[in-house]
Amino acid sequence: MGAETDLRKDEPIGPVKAAGEAGLAKVIVITSGKGGVGKTTTSAAFAAGLALRGHKTVVIDFDVGLRNLDLVMGCERRVVFDFINVINGDANLNQALIKDKRHDNLFIFPTSQTRDKNALKREGVERVMEELKQQFEYIICDSPAGIEHGAITALYFADSAIIVTNPEVSSVRDSDRIIGILASRSRRAERNEPPVDVHLLLTRYDPARVARGEMLAVEDVKEILSIPLLGVIPESESVLRASNTGTPVVFDENSPAGRAYLDSVARFLGEQREMRFVKPERRSFFRTIFGRA
Amino acid sequence: MGFFRSLLQPRPTSAAIAKERLKIVLAHERASSRAPDFLPTLQRELLAVVGRYVEISEEMIRVTLGNSGDTSLLEINIEIEGAKPKSGGKGPALSAAV
Repeated sequence: MGAETDLRKDEPIGPVKAAGEAGLAKVIVITSGKGGVGKTTTSAAFAAGLALRGHKTVVIDFDVGLRNLDLVMGCERRVVFDFINVINGDANLNQALIKDKRHDNLFIFPTSQTRDKNALKREGVERVMEELKQQFEYIICDSPAGIEHGAITALYFADSAIIVTNPEVSSVRDSDRIIGILASRSRRAERNEPPVDVHLLLTRYDPARVARGEMLAVEDVKEILSIPLLGVIPESESVLRASNTGTPVVFDENSPAGRAYLDSVARFLGEQREMRFVKPERRSFFRTIFGRA
Repeated sequence: MGFFRSLLQPRPTSAAIAKERLKIVLAHERASSRAPDFLPTLQRELLAVVGRYVEISEEMIRVTLGNSGDTSLLEINIEIEGAKPKSGGKGPALSAAV
């Protein structure tokens, strides 16, 4: 509670804390085109992972009308003001930001449940982004599915993009589409600046099915999309468990998916990490005989 | 018989089929959706220029943008076989500025 009251004080936003003062603040969009591939799970995990690595991070929900990041982050009962309130000037940024109870570096910026999908005006979003850059090192934008207004707004300000893809034909095709849109419709593209750097994150990967030829292999997806691979997140029961309880999966130390996300965060920060969970687990003799995997 | 044939010719896995299908559909979609907006205009203007010298119809010219390795490739195919040379003088002036 203490942290929450602190946060809701009207402290001036400005060069005092200025993490991004020198222009270091980085905007990362988590996008995919297709729905249901794990964008919100990835946004939550990535934001929490960056916070765990000591970076002050905010994760923003861009899915106006279908707010869900708050549930996945476990702060749904603490939402008072939202993105649209801030854009319309009904609340200031620090009134809307929710400080995570598990980590001091982590903040959630919930979206609105309004049905007006076009409520995110680009100028308003730009103003909020500039304000966030003064306070945070990383700004994670959780994009809605599709290629409509919300998705375009989410990717418009991006410096980096994480393309969440399942090893499945429709997801790969939609990823290809969104990569094309990033290259043509982002602010960097419009201004002829260096392009958004895109990363492939393959989620819901099942190495056993890949070994049987029933699922596209990570190499196949990489080859088809021809963008660098940031990580492979194995299909894991712990992901549903994490969203059930509103905990980003990286906080579950026993979760393969959580560890794979932490590896991906480390790679994003420039470290070398070997790809784990891409080969089928060897089943022990006893497991083969007595039990399920 | 079927058994022996399947031994000789292993059926591709469903993942291999998925990969092939994706490659084909994406090659097609990239060519059309990532094509810059100027391609149709370029095609029309080329048609007008070439049309000053030979009689040519729209379907004899094809402008595509593709990739060859790391380089983008603007490919212009103009088929003039059987096209009659224009007799004397210049053809119609270009309407658009080139």
